[in-house]
Amino acid sequence: MENPNEQLEAIKDMRNLMERSSRFLSLSGLSGVAIGIFALMGLSLLYLKLDLSPFNTGFQEKMIALDGNYTDAIFQFLLLDALAILIASLVVGTWMSVNRSKKLNLPSWDPAAKRLVINLMIPLVAGGLLCLIFIQKGELAYLAPVTLLFYGLALVNASKYTVDEIRNLGIIEIGLGLIAFWHLDFALLFWGIGFGILHIIYGIFIHTKHQNK
Amino acid sequence: MIGELNKAFESRVRLGIMSILMVNESVNFLTLKEMLQVTDGNIASHVTALEKAQYIEIKKQFIGKKPNTSYSVTNAGRKAFTEHLDALEKLIKISN
Repeated sequence: MENPNEQLEAIKDMRNLMERSSRFLSLSGLSGVAIGIFALMGLSLLYLKLDLSPFNTGFQEKMIALDGNYTDAIFQFLLLDALAILIASLVVGTWMSVNRSKKLNLPSWDPAAKRLVINLMIPLVAGGLLCLIFIQKGELAYLAPVTLLFYGLALVNASKYTVDEIRNLGIIEIGLGLIAFWHLDFALLFWGIGFGILHIIYGIFIHTKHQNK
Repeated sequence: MIGELNKAFESRVRLGIMSILMVNESVNFLTLKEMLQVTDGNIASHVTALEKAQYIEIKKQFIGKKPNTSYSVTNAGRKAFTEHLDALEKLIKISN
């Protein structure tokens, strides 16, 4: 260990170990792209069902008209559509990240991954409960901004335990959520940008930046 | 200058163990093994040495019926490791 080159190597090793042991680095960028596509597909179905388009206002009015009527076909479709997007995204995101861990020869369920999941879940569960309250009160238009806002908070909270890009993505989602609250009639458009387009852009970005690591 | 380098950290495995423990509250044996990719015996002998120097704490407990050993860095260990890194840095700066 007298040789400076050897010491430089040792320091590089230590940096690498510190990072690998405290962060979940095998987040799959491609799964981000897949999740973005699911969101856009689900959203398109909803637009068709509601007979709206991204620039056609009237979302808020249609949601108020539903008035929390559980037996309404549109109401049921909206919930099923949202659940389908959520489940498909969770399954694909987890599956592709576990695969990537295997490829990188890293553990997929280590303390870093646990911390990532726990810190992601705290704001997400709070947001989910808030969604249930809004559903119960028949205020369906608020679901779009609430999911954006709490998803953004969850990403910022979890970003300490995974790749850095997640933090910026979270901040943008928070901003979109707030704007969507302000312009409820366009809430679905912002939802599509946040969950669809941004996931695709960040997915490609993370994939190209981290693929060789 | 070499004198400032801490003999307790004179091995890649020990530096690795300390690096991992510096950024994690506590880490179990299996995680250390997966991260460092060395044998059980190798890790065991190095953690024993670090424990003797009172740089790390070993906690043994049972999770269900399985024994689980976890390690965490002590305040003395944190201080010693930081000083060791500072000394390494100085050394490299001088030789460059």
